[in-house]
Amino acid sequence: MHLVVLVKQVPDPTGERRLDAGDATVDRAGADAVVDPLDLHALEAALTLREVSGGTVTALTVGPPRAAGALRQALATGADRAVHVSDPALHGACAPQTSAVLAAALRRVGFDLVLCGAASSDGQLGVMAALLGERLGVPHLSGLRTLALADMRGADTRGAGTRGAGTTVTGERQTEDGWWELAAELPAVVSTHVLPGPPRRRTVAGIRAAQHRPVTTLTLADLGIDPATVGLAAATSRVVSAGRPARTPGRTGDPAELVRFLADRALV
Amino acid sequence: MRSSEAAGAAEVLVLAELTGAGEPTRATLEALTGARVLGDPVAVVLGAPGAAAGAVAELARFGAGRVLAGESAALDAHLVGPRVDVLARLVADRSPAAVVVPAGAEGREVAARLAVRTGSGFLTDVVGFAPDGTATQLALGGTTVVRARVTTGTPVHAWRASSLTPVPAPVTTVVEQVPVELSTTAREARVVRRVAGPTAGRPALTEAPVVVAVGRGVTSAAEFAAVEELADVLGAAIGASRAAVDAGFCPPSCLVGQSGARVSPRLYVAVGISGAAQHWSGVRSAQTVVAVNSDPTAPVFALADFGVVGEVVTVVPALTAQITAARG
Repeated sequence: MHLVVLVKQVPDPTGERRLDAGDATVDRAGADAVVDPLDLHALEAALTLREVSGGTVTALTVGPPRAAGALRQALATGADRAVHVSDPALHGACAPQTSAVLAAALRRVGFDLVLCGAASSDGQLGVMAALLGERLGVPHLSGLRTLALADMRGADTRGAGTRGAGTTVTGERQTEDGWWELAAELPAVVSTHVLPGPPRRRTVAGIRAAQHRPVTTLTLADLGIDPATVGLAAATSRVVSAGRPARTPGRTGDPAELVRFLADRALV
Repeated sequence: MRSSEAAGAAEVLVLAELTGAGEPTRATLEALTGARVLGDPVAVVLGAPGAAAGAVAELARFGAGRVLAGESAALDAHLVGPRVDVLARLVADRSPAAVVVPAGAEGREVAARLAVRTGSGFLTDVVGFAPDGTATQLALGGTTVVRARVTTGTPVHAWRASSLTPVPAPVTTVVEQVPVELSTTAREARVVRRVAGPTAGRPALTEAPVVVAVGRGVTSAAEFAAVEELADVLGAAIGASRAAVDAGFCPPSCLVGQSGARVSPRLYVAVGISGAAQHWSGVRSAQTVVAVNSDPTAPVFALADFGVVGEVVTVVPALTAQITAARG
């Protein structure tokens, strides 16, 4: 079982985030970088599945050289190996382009199950699993709050020999008015929401062990992708303008004043 | 952006999202309202046999001069894929100026897969259009307003719910059946079952025009019951910060913010919520925000349009009573 976890380095979501004044991409240099919190849940899911089904967990990222920090964190948390796609031409790549690069990398490293966070805290598109499913021609299940693997006869896939083919991934997805039970056959792409329980953290022993685990760096040329087809200049959409909405400072009062305030705005 | 066909303005395909009762969702009516700026809206209803009949009147009232009905039991047994198959065929056959998809549970993903399938660019969190084809988006959790243009293929827009008030524009409409022919791939992601949750009776969190949300400052069952009464008076959905979910007052489905739902109601009432960034990233596109908190230094007062400093246990019942009285 080859489990590939997509990790994304993002500006610390608890800090201030803004767009670059020059090209309206997310300003990454001006903020502390962390692994996206939901990706840590996806990593946790992969590590748990490895404990049950055996196999290998690979962490994969697309990003500038500093994004290697996200891979080191994934390795220190328990991933077996890491792959870093890095190329100056990728600056400003839009989601469809990034998905094309990730899909090429996934074809290259191989996978039975790809896992990622349900939405990144910076872009917040929440569509990478769908884009990858489309690019790779495999089913995608997104926003899962639980995740399990079963073989075609419905039994657990305990034991190290299990391969992806003939295995079904199942999970529950929270919706606005309940939940859905979903299933798809491997190979597949899933995105995970917050899973029950906090994701495990890296340990000192893990950090030490991670130093000996392989990190492969790939360029666009390695993946056979023409640099002219990715990045800001070739993006499938273009930002015309960006700005912050003005917000008038709030005021305070007692409940009666609040109800009048709401009535003035036709809100009650 | 407009085609030169004799019919005049180009078509804009709007995927209709239906409620459990078979009516178009509010987000669908918003998308129809917004799409009129780009061309003539054509609604696409995809669902079980008979699905279109219940939706046509309302779609026509909001400007859909044509309703394309694709009806098959297979549509609801699988996720996303079947809708992409049908829409991709319609894009190829009809060459619309754009496709607008309400970004509900499946919509964003339908938009994403459709864009890749048709070799097009797509935009999410779209809240409006300009006649030149540019879209207004809310980025970075609603803190930044972006105007953007799709430069490749047939633009696909995922419409963000609660972005405008739907405006009727009644037209006579033609209903046309379209074939539902599904690829093998479309059938691969299966919906085993759909389970209605404990939130029945209140509007869905991301659809609700009013959300009343609770946080760390709600500490007892009595306080939470008072908040529920306020929510019912306002016809509101109940939201929660992580602290209120962890305290067991609300199920995780109520979670708003970084790891939960992003809401965009007309009114957001934050009760006992401090205003931490993790929660507020889900609230930023609320139109009006009011806050009740006992701590006058809570950051939420800088974020809210109107704040009441006071104990939840006294302020919330007072609000409920005054709102009831104001309505006479």
